[in-house]
Amino acid sequence: MANMSLKKNPMPSQAPDVRNKNFQEVTLGYTKEMALDEAQRCLNCKNPQCMKGCPVMIHIPEFIAKVAAGEFEEAYQIISQTSSLPAVCGRVCPQESQCEKYCVRGIKGESVGIGRLERFVADWHNANVTAAPEQPKKNGHKVAVIGSGPSGLTCAGDLAKKGYDVTVFEALHLAGGVMVYGIPEFRLPKAIVQKEVDGLKALGVTVSTDTVVGRTVSIDELMDEYKFEAVFIGSGAGLPMFMKIPGINYKGVLSANEFLTRINLMKAYKPDSDTPIVHPKKVAVIGGGNVAMDAARCSKRLGAEVSVVYRRGMEELPARHEEVEHAQEEGIEFKTLNNPIEILADENDNVRAIRCIKMQLGEPDASGRRRPEEIPGSEFEMDVDCVIMALGTSPNPLIKSTTKGLEINKKGGIVVNEDGLTSREGVYAGGDAVTGAATVILAMGAGKTAAKAIDEALSK
Amino acid sequence: MFRIVRKEALKPTVVLFEIEAPMIAKKAQPGQFIILRVDENGERIPLTIHDYDREKGTVSIIVQIVGATTEKLNHLNQGDCLADFVGPLGKATETEGKKKVCVVGGGVGCAIAYPVLKKFHDDGAEVHAVVGFKSKDVVILEDKFKSASSVLKICTDDGSYGQKGLVTEALKELIDAGNQYDEIFAIGPMIMMKFVCKTTEPYGIPTTVSMSPIMIDGTGMCGGCRLAVGGEMKFACVDGPDFDGFKVDWDLAVKRNQMYKDFEMHKHEETCNLYKKEAK
Ligand SMILES: Cc1cc2nc3c(=O)[nH]c(=O)nc-3n(C[C@H](O)[C@H](O)[C@H](O)COP(=O)(O)OP(=O)(O)OC[C@H]3O[C@@H](n4cnc5c(N)ncnc54)[C@H](O)[C@@H]3O)c2cc1C
Ligand SMILES: Cc1cc2nc3c(=O)[nH]c(=O)nc-3n(C[C@H](O)[C@H](O)[C@H](O)COP(=O)(O)OP(=O)(O)OC[C@H]3O[C@@H](n4cnc5c(N)ncnc54)[C@H](O)[C@@H]3O)c2cc1C
Ligand code: SF4
Ligand code: SF4
Ligand code: FES
Repeated sequence: MANMSLKKNPMPSQAPDVRNKNFQEVTLGYTKEMALDEAQRCLNCKNPQCMKGCPVMIHIPEFIAKVAAGEFEEAYQIISQTSSLPAVCGRVCPQESQCEKYCVRGIKGESVGIGRLERFVADWHNANVTAAPEQPKKNGHKVAVIGSGPSGLTCAGDLAKKGYDVTVFEALHLAGGVMVYGIPEFRLPKAIVQKEVDGLKALGVTVSTDTVVGRTVSIDELMDEYKFEAVFIGSGAGLPMFMKIPGINYKGVLSANEFLTRINLMKAYKPDSDTPIVHPKKVAVIGGGNVAMDAARCSKRLGAEVSVVYRRGMEELPARHEEVEHAQEEGIEFKTLNNPIEILADENDNVRAIRCIKMQLGEPDASGRRRPEEIPGSEFEMDVDCVIMALGTSPNPLIKSTTKGLEINKKGGIVVNEDGLTSREGVYAGGDAVTGAATVILAMGAGKTAAKAIDEALSK
Repeated sequence: MFRIVRKEALKPTVVLFEIEAPMIAKKAQPGQFIILRVDENGERIPLTIHDYDREKGTVSIIVQIVGATTEKLNHLNQGDCLADFVGPLGKATETEGKKKVCVVGGGVGCAIAYPVLKKFHDDGAEVHAVVGFKSKDVVILEDKFKSASSVLKICTDDGSYGQKGLVTEALKELIDAGNQYDEIFAIGPMIMMKFVCKTTEPYGIPTTVSMSPIMIDGTGMCGGCRLAVGGEMKFACVDGPDFDGFKVDWDLAVKRNQMYKDFEMHKHEETCNLYKKEAK
């Protein structure tokens, strides 16, 4: 008999006042009892709407039925058929606008906690199953993967399982892409990402960190000299945007990427790290997406008073609902319908304030969102000593500028067909490098698609 | 891991390291740099490629010991390994097609100036060099400079060696003596590069500078290395490190480099104390 409770089992979490002072994971995950109870809420629909919302079509009712039956490893196996990063996606997927948005239980009451169950299953597997993966028999084909974000890791993993000799080239000193340099520890513990990377190495994948493709080695050299038969570009969208306003280069103005990289990749919040980080008293984070939430919550954890400044309203915040809620609980202020027009500094060029103008929402624009308009004469100053720009990112031009014949669209994204093939023979691409900043699950899906196409092309 | 195959103290606080890094050695060009990390908790710091040996597969850097990370680096010896060594980063210096140039180096910047100077020389330009140091005991690479330049002026602040005074004065003398340079290339402390530009601007001689802002990734991802150049935002790690010196907003660049000064001083003290304790 299904559990007809209208409410999801709540997620156990660290108390807001405790967690806003540490970098440990905020949400603690379901216990076995909670997972069993939540799984009973799924109606096991014949025509499951939830699957339509999942970009990789995880067999949701099937895996949840296994959870309900207490067969957690079986549940894991079902998820693994379509997803390679369930412990990650169960944590960071925007479930409320994907799978859970379409769940029929959500029509009256709350949808089934699909993401939470997915996380439970993955964590259970990681804690209880230690079977070393079998080294697949090598098929003699060599494939290079550029970038070790979710798209690259997935593509590498799928190909390695089929026997390909795969090398992942990563510019930074640590593999994981945004999952290690951008998303903070308190949302996605780095040990989880490391486990994925270690898993790849156990499959025989070579991970070559400290290698910037386009500088250390070019795509042409990889193919001509190093004899890689195919290349997958999963280099992400790492180029930060800045506002074109006066004062943008003062001391204390950082991109979210710089701030988050110092914290997450370089662990600058720990006393034994050699990397410096600003310890501001009052921070304004400009933007309203996940990146802005992460920057705001990290600033809070460094002891600052934090405001998020966003030019549209609360309703329009592009960040995940859960992140906004968590941020509010942690004491972050939302100054919506405000737009910065200038950054002001003291005589030493240290930031002392930002000047903003109030906004109102006008008619919907091309994107369907209501266009923010300035309210004349409403300028005001906000005292801050640090401004973090979280306005979004675009694909890094380094690969484009060093690879001949690679077609790029207006926004800097690499042009691909439905198989992920670029305008260059044997060169595939996927993830944020193609779409611009998107999501982990989409990047993972793109890695899978390309792996399949590469396998088909090379096994001909 | 990247092994140190040779370590040579040119001066007590200026040390040359030759590092095994075949892929970088193969691609390195004058003007480019690397980023290294000494160990697992290490900071990523940028250092210019001083020299490379494509056959041996090694890259040399010359490091001035100024703070915590360079101090840590200096405690490594031949045979030890660096956690990370990535490059070659940045754009190579454009040296082709020049008939006569003057390279101006300051302090450890001279180490960086040398490969550029040599490339100008090898590409057929007549090269003059003006290099400045605090005093005689920190003069480095004199022989190397001599071998690749037709005029070499060494300046020291205190007059203990060569000509007494600043590089800008020596440079002005060369220009006033009628030398017609296609380009001046300045490399060293920001403040020196700024004044070289102030010196050459009235003469209208194109002046290129090699900028050294604070960096982390070196791939264009963080924007920490951004500079205002001709009113536009540039990322030194991918758009540079060479820029038109007349267009750089110097005051801002100098100030931005002091962003983490307090932390750096504290960390340096901490590191020195640690080594002192170990020595006991
Ligand atoms: C702060 C932040 C929070 C986010 N939060 C969420 C969230 O909650 N949920 C969600 O679904 N998505 C989130 N995203 C988006 C998500 O992380 C990305 O969409 C996803 O990581 C893209 O994966 P990718 O594989 O395309 O590239 P990335 O993860 O960007 O990885 C690209 C990798 O390639 C490397 N690289 C780049 N150029 C080169 C080169 N020339 N040579 C070698 N290596 C190179 C980079 O160093 C990087 O490691 C967030 C992003 C950020 C920045
Ligand atoms: C592209 C580039 C090339 C460089 N090439 C060389 C080189 O060939 N040899 C060399 O000795 N140094 C070079 N530098 C400078 C070198 O990176 C710094 O000296 C180093 O980061 C200092 O680290 P630290 O922890 O020892 O000192 P810190 O404690 O970080 O700093 C000590 C002092 O050095 C200053 N400093 C910090 N970072 C920089 C920087 N990026 N540039 C200038 N001064 C800085 C600080 O303001 C402080 O006064 C280069 C820098 C850049 C950006
Ligand atoms: S991968 Fe994401 S969208 Fe798909 S079922 Fe899991 S949480 Fe939902
Ligand atoms: S739509 Fe909801 S109730 Fe139906 S199968 Fe999917 S998760 Fe279960
Ligand atoms: S060092 Fe990060 S963008 Fe240049």
